[in-house]
Amino acid sequence: MVEETPWQQALRYANRANPYPFYAELRKTPVARQPDGTYVVSTYREIVALLHDPRVSSDIRKIRQATTTDAEQEAGASEDVISLEPNIITSDPPEHDHDRRLMTRHFYGPQDAPHQISDLEPEIGRVVAGLLDAMRDQTRIDVVDEFAYPLPVTLISKILGVPLKDEPRFHAWIETALNALDFGPEAISEELQSQLEGGRQGVRELKRFIAELLDTYAKQPGPGMLSAMVHDDGREGHMSEGVLLSNALLLLFAGHETTVNLIAHSVLTLLRHPDALQKLRRRPELIVPGVEELLRYESSVQFWHTRSAVEDIEIAGTLIPQGSPIFLVYGSGNRDPERFANPDELDLERPDNQHLGFSQGIHFCFGAPLARLEVQAAVGEFVRRVENPRLVVDPPPYRHNQIFRGPRHVLVDIDGIRD
Amino acid sequence: MTLSATLAELVRDFKANGRIVIVGASLAGLRAAEALRGEGFAGSLTIIGDEPYEPYDRPPLSKQVLKGWVQADHTQLPRFQELDADWRLGLAAVGLDRATRQVRLANGEQVPYDRLLIATGTRARQWPNPAEAALEGVYSIRSRDDAERLQQALMAGPSRVLVIGAGFIGSEVASVCRDLDIPVTVTERGPAPLIGALGGVIGEIAAEMQRDHGVDLRCRVGVSSLEGDAGGHVRRARLSDGTTIEADVVLASLGSVRNVEWLEGSGLAAGFWGVGCDAGGRAFDINGVTTDTVYVAGDVARAPHVLYEYQFLAMEHWDNAVFGAEVAAHNMVNLEPGYRPHLLLPGFWSGQFGVNIKSVGVPPFGDEIVFTQGSIKERRFAAAYGRRGRIVAAVTFDHGKWLQYYAELIERSAPFPPPPPGWDRPDVMKPIPAEFPEPGVPTAIPDVVLTGHDPNERRAEFRPRDRPS
Ligand SMILES: Cc1cc2nc3c(=O)[nH]c(=O)nc-3n(C[C@H](O)[C@H](O)[C@H](O)COP(=O)(O)OP(=O)(O)OC[C@H]3O[C@@H](n4cnc5c(N)ncnc54)[C@H](O)[C@@H]3O)c2cc1C
Ligand code: HEM
Repeated sequence: MVEETPWQQALRYANRANPYPFYAELRKTPVARQPDGTYVVSTYREIVALLHDPRVSSDIRKIRQATTTDAEQEAGASEDVISLEPNIITSDPPEHDHDRRLMTRHFYGPQDAPHQISDLEPEIGRVVAGLLDAMRDQTRIDVVDEFAYPLPVTLISKILGVPLKDEPRFHAWIETALNALDFGPEAISEELQSQLEGGRQGVRELKRFIAELLDTYAKQPGPGMLSAMVHDDGREGHMSEGVLLSNALLLLFAGHETTVNLIAHSVLTLLRHPDALQKLRRRPELIVPGVEELLRYESSVQFWHTRSAVEDIEIAGTLIPQGSPIFLVYGSGNRDPERFANPDELDLERPDNQHLGFSQGIHFCFGAPLARLEVQAAVGEFVRRVENPRLVVDPPPYRHNQIFRGPRHVLVDIDGIRD
Repeated sequence: MTLSATLAELVRDFKANGRIVIVGASLAGLRAAEALRGEGFAGSLTIIGDEPYEPYDRPPLSKQVLKGWVQADHTQLPRFQELDADWRLGLAAVGLDRATRQVRLANGEQVPYDRLLIATGTRARQWPNPAEAALEGVYSIRSRDDAERLQQALMAGPSRVLVIGAGFIGSEVASVCRDLDIPVTVTERGPAPLIGALGGVIGEIAAEMQRDHGVDLRCRVGVSSLEGDAGGHVRRARLSDGTTIEADVVLASLGSVRNVEWLEGSGLAAGFWGVGCDAGGRAFDINGVTTDTVYVAGDVARAPHVLYEYQFLAMEHWDNAVFGAEVAAHNMVNLEPGYRPHLLLPGFWSGQFGVNIKSVGVPPFGDEIVFTQGSIKERRFAAAYGRRGRIVAAVTFDHGKWLQYYAELIERSAPFPPPPPGWDRPDVMKPIPAEFPEPGVPTAIPDVVLTGHDPNERRAEFRPRDRPS
């Protein structure tokens, strides 16, 4: 049997709780060609260089398909995803810039008054307070299901204008789609193969759901960003229905699948580092740099998979041939000792913490200001209000997905909730 | 005791008991003071500044402040830490005696130092005719008070504003006028706006941008004189082409003058382009010998730069002040081989007419330019400057996220033209002459200047021969 590369090992489900030793191995070859022709980039410097290199495309259609085997194509890029128009995360300038600008106006507000998201702070506070209040009589909580998940989904639904009553449906579709996506050696396993059709079905249902919602809003304007975009006055150009649909899906998905992992991981990490937890109790203002460090430490988006080289690119002594897929491994770059002193230590006051948790360059996370508000409020209040929290299971069980890496449950015993 | 142990003891003693004086209480001065404390310097720290205010930020003065979004007195620089220092504000330094190591203040006081940092920056070049400059309604802009006065004049709803000189600040002010719906005329001696900093090709785009926004832009003309009414208020300007412009607010944006007069007789290499220093911020004396006690940072410094054939580079940019100050501070309290170089790639930004312009490197060092990304028509693009087949600078219009890529190419002296992007290619991707004016054209003075190889500028005595309009 051929020995697995560090990257393939990092992707194995058994290593989900701790991929870091494999990343350390991986970084010995900053740009590592994989057997399937993918180039995996694991060092901070090289990731940043490629994020700013105009010879790199994010458009998944530009990947030369010949490099992947059939099975991997099936698994990695299911047809339903491809039949969608590109959204901003999978498109290049000028379309990317144009569409992102248009979305920015509807998400944040007009350029001279971009307050829509910051105005949500009180609402975020109320939701967090409500979730903690509801735990008053409990001695054991699941941080994921009872705390980390409800906040972002409530907010993104409200912002977009997606009825919260439909949450159980779209949550299930997203979950099945995510579970069927696998970039590692286990993609060909029977278990995963059996989930593929379910995953496709999930994407189809989600697509239909959003399309219907956009239709409804086209007939009758309603609250939220999606309706506003359907009725955009075209001042800054137009977004076709198909592109709008893709971006709506992206926002709904990205708007909560990433934030839940960061909240859950942050609580987990702090409970594993009592000193840091103590410090945060004493100096609550550290939550702002603290969230950045927590995101560096456990990155909610471990890597991104839609990029490719539009031309031959020579980097770190490796030639990436035109058409090759490029995976940028943010989770590894964030632990690169060449960039971060003692990268495996948690330092809530880490100086010069330019982490890659939200990426950099033109695809820098669109929702970062919202995510920051949510996570600062949630983790800050958890630390302040939860009495004597103790981890029950460590390491906790993880979700299957490799990109959106996060615990499935984080069970914590508590002595009560302060006011 | 070994020699190195003695030296280490000296450094420790200096950090505990030394006396450091900083002249210039603005961006470079403040950041240097913070960095000194951050380096563990616990001795006495005196900061002398001739402005009455605590350090404030200048870039907003020609942007948010003029628009009325931010009040002039709300521009204080953020403090990153508590600073234990003796602030002497509202008091100018008027002399330096290096033999006795003392700075002389305007009130006659002498302030002794062991290490001195010169951070006196620049001031706005004034309209050269003093009687005309004294007319009410004639402004320049460098300080908080300048900005506040000009802002009030704009709020009063002038019939027309005349901006003399289309460098960055002049162009930004013209942009604010248009935002406020005030008629504005811009005169520029050179063939286009921004030409000194970015060359004629980009200047042409900037010119179109101004005209599209309703600016009455007049290039290749100077202002011969300003005329006031009986009440001493400016009313009109006569131009070198014989025309007149009726305007009741005039902004002279004629570039800047280095604040070096107080160093007269100090024996330092101080001149028109500032105070010569090495890449570590140590000042040169007039003979080109580095001093051990005097350091320079910010707009007033000029230092040799490895990327530009070791020519002395003078940079009037915000980040140069910040990083230069940090390096100088480090070197002031350390010894060789612990010295650090200040090897910043110059960079700046400017906001005007709804476009965010950024550049990196030294564009006037290049002689060719190539558009590399985006669309000129839509005024969102990136372009690179080249010289002898190497990339030396880049400029972006609403494309700032790509700047870092070009910065890395410049640092590596990568080939010019750079490889084409994989998407969003401009219509034409052929290098063309960048069209920088001949050195010596007065209005076209860029704010990053290559000032030759001589630490003392003996030959660099360029002074505008006539009216610098
Ligand atoms: C309107 C405006 C807009 C700008 N916009 C931008 C921009 O968009 N981007 C950018 O990169 N840069 C911009 N700049 C440039 C930037 O502000 C300067 O590079 C920066 O202020 C330099 O800092 P400094 O501390 O070296 O000098 P200064 O800020 O000039 O400070 C020097 C200080 O020393 C004082 N001083 C002078 N002589 C003496 C003396 N003899 N005794 C005591 N004190 C003295 C001065 O009064 C002043 O307070 C702008 C500047 C202006 C004026
Ligand atoms: C902690 C939470 C989050 C993390 C860690 C995160 C991380 C990221 C990362 C790494 C990328 C870049 C992907 C790439 O191209 O390589 C990205 C892009 C993006 N994110 Fe987030 N994200 C978070 C929350 C959010 C939220 C709340 C939203 C929505 C409102 C959002 C919307 C987006 C969108 C739309 C993009 C694509 C931007 C573009 O391509 O221009 N994200 N995010």
